[in-house]
Amino acid sequence: MLNRYPLWKNLLILFVLVFGGLYAAPNLYPDDYAVQLTGSRDVFQVDQVLLDKVTASLESEGVAFKSSELSKNAGLIRFATGDDQLKAKDVISKTVGDDYIVALNLAPTTPDWLTSMGAGPMKLGLDLRGGVHFLLEVDLPKAVAQKLENYASEIKGRLREEKLRYRKMDSLDDGGLAVKFTSAEYRDSSIDLLRKEYSEFVVSSEDRDGDFYTVINLTEQAVRDIETYAIKQNLTTLRNRVNELGVAEPLVQRQGRNRIVVQLPGIQDTAAAKRIIGKTATLEFRLEAKGGASSARTEVYEFRSDLGRKATLEKDIIIKGDNVANAQSSFDENGQPQVNITLDSKGGELMARTTKNAVQRRMAVLFVEDKERTVYKSIEGEQVAETVRYQEKGIISLATIQSVLGNQFRITGLDGAGESSELALLLRAGALAAPIYFVEERTVGPSLGAQNIEMGVMSVQIGLALVLIFMLIYYRVFGLLANIALTFNLVLLVAIMSMLSATLTLPGIAGIVLTVGMAVDANVLIFARIKEELANGLPPQSAISSGFGRAFTTILDANITTLLAAVILFAMGTGPVKGFAITLSVGILTSMFTAIFVTRALVNLTYGNRQLTKLSI
Amino acid sequence: MMSTYKIYNFMGLRKVAAFFSIAMLVVSIGALAVNGLKFGLDFTGGSLVEIGYEQPADLNKIRDQLKVVGYNDAVVQTFGSPTDILIRLGQDHDPKLGDKVLAALQDGETQTLTLRRNEFVGAQVGEELREQGGLGMLLALFMIMVYVAFRFQLKFSIGAVAALAHDVLIVLGFFALFKLDFDLTVLAAILAVIGYSLNDTIVVSDRIRENFRKMRKESAVEIMNVSLSQTLGRTVVTSMTTLLVLVALAVFGGEMIHGFAVALLVGVFVGTYSSIYVAANVLMAMNVCKEDLMPPEEKEQEIDDRP
Repeated sequence: MLNRYPLWKNLLILFVLVFGGLYAAPNLYPDDYAVQLTGSRDVFQVDQVLLDKVTASLESEGVAFKSSELSKNAGLIRFATGDDQLKAKDVISKTVGDDYIVALNLAPTTPDWLTSMGAGPMKLGLDLRGGVHFLLEVDLPKAVAQKLENYASEIKGRLREEKLRYRKMDSLDDGGLAVKFTSAEYRDSSIDLLRKEYSEFVVSSEDRDGDFYTVINLTEQAVRDIETYAIKQNLTTLRNRVNELGVAEPLVQRQGRNRIVVQLPGIQDTAAAKRIIGKTATLEFRLEAKGGASSARTEVYEFRSDLGRKATLEKDIIIKGDNVANAQSSFDENGQPQVNITLDSKGGELMARTTKNAVQRRMAVLFVEDKERTVYKSIEGEQVAETVRYQEKGIISLATIQSVLGNQFRITGLDGAGESSELALLLRAGALAAPIYFVEERTVGPSLGAQNIEMGVMSVQIGLALVLIFMLIYYRVFGLLANIALTFNLVLLVAIMSMLSATLTLPGIAGIVLTVGMAVDANVLIFARIKEELANGLPPQSAISSGFGRAFTTILDANITTLLAAVILFAMGTGPVKGFAITLSVGILTSMFTAIFVTRALVNLTYGNRQLTKLSI
Repeated sequence: MMSTYKIYNFMGLRKVAAFFSIAMLVVSIGALAVNGLKFGLDFTGGSLVEIGYEQPADLNKIRDQLKVVGYNDAVVQTFGSPTDILIRLGQDHDPKLGDKVLAALQDGETQTLTLRRNEFVGAQVGEELREQGGLGMLLALFMIMVYVAFRFQLKFSIGAVAALAHDVLIVLGFFALFKLDFDLTVLAAILAVIGYSLNDTIVVSDRIRENFRKMRKESAVEIMNVSLSQTLGRTVVTSMTTLLVLVALAVFGGEMIHGFAVALLVGVFVGTYSSIYVAANVLMAMNVCKEDLMPPEEKEQEIDDRP
């Protein structure tokens, strides 16, 4: 008998290998040191004029750069060395000022023809690249308690409006509310009212010591909604702050029920990162000053999104951001965009008191941020950098008060859905989010990252070399074929990891090393079977065929069970361990493919077409 | 028929092996009970700062320097090389900790120190991870047991899980006995050991099942010996290649994954041994016989025999 694969099978294998080779290729091109330039807000766009200004300043300062390019909303300047990159960052920061974010970055140098196929290199994890990882916990019970407080004042108002007289309202230990009524009649009407108007409550009645109570509890769904909202709000706030840090590829993501993970790869100044992530923006609601108001009682502010446009506001603050409970963009009855704002009870009272006498006047919302900037002073001829902290205030909304405002009102007359959602986002960013705490922090210095990569790559190379030599000595020609398959396995593994844009971590590298060691197992199983069949007296061609055939189920069973362990590892692991689990799982799949199909194709091509009397195995 | 293969009398040593396994398990459990695992930061919570020196550092001097600035509970040790210092501190989160420690140590020092790593893990996060880790391991064992019972047979599945539990306990015992740091990467390594050891056990079990169906006259002991002898070559070669890369990883991979490499090295050794002796031994102890494996085969034949 002869061992031959049909043409389509050979072509399919060839196709997979070429495909894998192409998608693995981007990893061969080393990253450039780069500086990324983006506008700190939408009004500041990076354009060719700015980029030219930057490159001119680099030239005049004598900092060499490789190239500069403009992509959507961002400029990228590449450098040959890390030293040039650091020098350039200072020069560029000075040139463009605070309106632009200047971030250190590593830019891939993947050729265009590969990029156009969607191929790109693997991303490096924090442990390889250096950077900061934070795990923040959102205080959800507090968020629910705050929300319940808002409901309490709202319900009190409704009961008064409906003239349902109640004695008092108590907070219960389990997070509910109990309203005490003087009569069963009032109590029952209150229950009807609440059931009709609030779907987020479970309302029940209770008689105790001759008094009549209405017990209000949030439904599980309502609690979940509040929690999800609190997390989202914090995510938005954190994203805004992280963007301001100017990190090239930040990650801000929910993890589990109440945690948020923030990763800032490649960041150098970790102290600044922590300060900015921990800081808060606030809001100030103020009235526009009347025509003849004295300048001692007024202040002039610019609009945040429209520099140059200004408004004169009263110095008195009506309420601050921590009175804002919620802000959401939506559409009014005419389909016009609007932002609905909900204040807490205290905020509502203050707002009502002020707006009572101010209908038809205009009210502004100021966005207040704590910022810091580096200024360069010349002391005795030497340039010294100094950090100066300052507050930046900008108007985000100026609207006419149509009627007396309570704890719920809306801002209309907005330009479009884009503006309304932007405004709601800013209102929320400045509003009080549920408190957050740092529960985990990992900072890896760039030198340690570089060292980890170097050692990791070296151990992969040495491990691979040892295995290749061993296989060659032990199995000779078949060993050589297995080695070719093993090399393809590595290429495929890297290709799939790149396609999944999986992050490569140190344990991930360990996973690759381990895969190399274990990947030969399938080949060893097959070869051992072939040897056995030869010993049983089968002619070489039949031995090859039956060896591959009989080893197949064993390989399948053994790999599926290993895959189970890897999947569990992925499900329960975090960060680096997940990286290990991904590498291991992908490695199991690719090694099965290369060991079974690629080796078979190679064996067929080498031995399949001729009569054999002996096998070198 | 298998005349060209040397049949080793593996099962002749079965009682010795059982004794050896039990002894190792007793030592492991004893070490775990007496020493306990030296959990790393990932599991206990706390803070850690790694500082790089240019010249070998003086640990006592560092301890004194830290005491001066009020870090009395600091645990100072070298990490991989004498120029690399690891400092473990208490539970509170202080975002400036790394910089503070660096400043305290840099004070009066002519060489430039670098902050290589700064980690903080909250106590609760650590506790959760411990629970999840234990749970993950149990879940892995359970799912594997179900899969093996489904693909093979219940006795095989008990044998496989016994071998896995044996391996995991011994690796854990090794870490307890030698007081090695048990961190997240070691936990990952142990799960990889589960995968590896299982791989081995399945290959052996597969052959045992095949031979039970093929060799009708031989006794269980003979079948075991033949199966183990047949798979021995493969077991040794695969263990060799895996050990080769693990040695490369342990020697050249750096301190960060040293624990990982050590756990796997021990695990692969024990896993290779257990797939030969533990799984097979448990099968023997449960009196595995042809009837356990015959029914599906006979059914298939009935169907095949139909014209």
